[in-house]
Amino acid sequence: MARPLSGARLRAAALTLPLLAFVAVTFMAPLGSMLVRSFYEPHVADALPQTLESLRAWDGSSVPDENTFRILATELRLLDQQRKLGGVATRINRLEGGMRSAIMDTARALRDAEPDSWREAMTAADPAWGTEEAWRAVRRAGERYTMRHYLNALDLDRDPSGNIVAQSPERRIYLPLLLRTLGVSLAITVICLILGYPVAYLIANASPGRSNLLLLLVLVPFWTSLLVRTTSWIVLLQNQGVVNDLLVAVGVIGDDGRLALVYNMVGTLVAMTQVLLPFMILPLYAVMRSISPTYLRAASSLGATFPQGFVRVYWPQSLPGVAAGSLLVFILSIGYYITPALVGGRTGQLISNMIAYHMQESLNWGLAAALGVILLVTVMSLYLVYNRLVGIERMRLS
Amino acid sequence: MRHAAASFEFSERVGRAVHLAVCGAVLVFLVAPMLVVIPLSFNAEPYFTFTEGMLRLDSDAYSLRWYRGVIEDAEWRLALVNSIVIGIAATAIATTLGVLAALGLANPAMPGRGFVTSLLISPMVTPIIISAAGMFFFYSKLGIAQTHLGVILAHAVFGTPFVVISVTATLVGFDHNLVKAGASLGGGPFLVFRRIQLPLIAPGVISGALFAFAASFDEVVAVLFLGGLQQRTVPRQMWTGIREEISPEILAVATFLVMLALILLGTVEWLRGRASTRPGNAD
Repeated sequence: MARPLSGARLRAAALTLPLLAFVAVTFMAPLGSMLVRSFYEPHVADALPQTLESLRAWDGSSVPDENTFRILATELRLLDQQRKLGGVATRINRLEGGMRSAIMDTARALRDAEPDSWREAMTAADPAWGTEEAWRAVRRAGERYTMRHYLNALDLDRDPSGNIVAQSPERRIYLPLLLRTLGVSLAITVICLILGYPVAYLIANASPGRSNLLLLLVLVPFWTSLLVRTTSWIVLLQNQGVVNDLLVAVGVIGDDGRLALVYNMVGTLVAMTQVLLPFMILPLYAVMRSISPTYLRAASSLGATFPQGFVRVYWPQSLPGVAAGSLLVFILSIGYYITPALVGGRTGQLISNMIAYHMQESLNWGLAAALGVILLVTVMSLYLVYNRLVGIERMRLS
Repeated sequence: MRHAAASFEFSERVGRAVHLAVCGAVLVFLVAPMLVVIPLSFNAEPYFTFTEGMLRLDSDAYSLRWYRGVIEDAEWRLALVNSIVIGIAATAIATTLGVLAALGLANPAMPGRGFVTSLLISPMVTPIIISAAGMFFFYSKLGIAQTHLGVILAHAVFGTPFVVISVTATLVGFDHNLVKAGASLGGGPFLVFRRIQLPLIAPGVISGALFAFAASFDEVVAVLFLGGLQQRTVPRQMWTGIREEISPEILAVATFLVMLALILLGTVEWLRGRASTRPGNAD
């Protein structure tokens, strides 16, 4: 890189600049903005500045002094008037259950009050204010820069003295889901390899005409809308669907014993395998095409049976294709969203679906962003491995 | 000895038959789901399974009612218009920027090629939910969430890797001396591009553009996060249909999309055939 930029180098680089700038603005900046969201949380800090200032000196061992109560009450009332209380209450509630109603009720009770003791008035409105936990939740929700979304996403928590501890087993959600996603992706990768390898072998060793025809059969699903393929699986696998009807007609199962094949993990596995199979077959085929059949013939003429020749001669040569296809399928399945969302039901959801849930339903965007960053780092590390092993420049589309 | 040879031949033939059977089953698994949808979209009844009448090939059991339903539905019509408008705009942006970048990347003098390429390809491998969530945050700040522009920019950036990859592929083996020769004969950079490079890369450009269009035409997650009611596309409409009450109208639309896929695939394969027989390409 130390070479000076000659005219030719500058011209080549200049051609890539418009797209680089476009990708930077429309794609990288959004990822950056997600990264920022995962640790920057100004909402509560901006809403309760004086309370947080007052809590800075608080040691956390007992309930804060009367002055802090008064400041918080004043700020809550102001937020109530500005109709901004709900957002603040929801955010504090994420750290300590029950705080949303505590805050809303307290603000309502204090609306026109001028009590002698703010502490008594607030504790009367909601007894939570008499506990340190409530105040700790306020203080933690007010951290402008915070690691808590990451702790949350990794099923960790802080104990009262601020040490990081693991969540109790029944409250662990995200790590098991991440592990399940990795497990499902691995299973899909292995199934795709088992199903795709013989097909790629067949295509690579067929006559040119037949090989083109077979290749088209692999490419048709590749080009067909993902939603269409997912819809087809619902149509095929549902309770009154084609597969169950067929099994009943043949007599494998009774009419009352129809199998639950969709809206669960089975649906996710079947549909994702079909969707991702071409991504396994195509790289395998690309490598196998370059393996000359004379090697296997040589092995056989030297007395090897087909299995011996295959294991010792063919399989090692096909390994680059195995690596490329497996990594590609694995990378794509870890981040899969649409298919599990449509056919996965409650039990067939993956980590992406949890991110969508926090984006669209719970509206806990900080947590969604932290989960997103964790998933992104996982996928990008695999992408780097892929780039090292296979070379992104050798990625082919057809 | 003869006996051993015969049994070897026998096991080889069994092995080959098993191999063909497995491959047949896998290919059916790959293709059948889409084929099943097509006849069911002509079902006269609102079911997702073959009625007895359909199996008897009774013409009363088949109808075009779901197709009529889709065509007469204003929401589906708006969705189709949106899909086409967004698809074409996104493809135009992706193709223009992607072709320029691919020309730069194919130039032997390009500095940092590996790094730049992996950066430009990254929108394709990033999980869609992450891109869409990030775009939701950032495009909201820019004020282009819930607009056609937001969805178009998102689809354009998703489409660029396809253009870069397929144009780069046609430039493999391109002899850069041709560019130098053109320049030495007094051709400006634009003339050299138009007369020398463009004809050679044209199949790659068109394939890449078709890929980008197909990607946009099938994209639903960015539309879910960035689009409002006015930006509903065909996949978005299907998404709602599948999640709520799945009606056979969905199958009529699905059949249309399968046909579209076949046309796009046919075109790309035809172009690929032409590209590999072209003179001047050392592939």
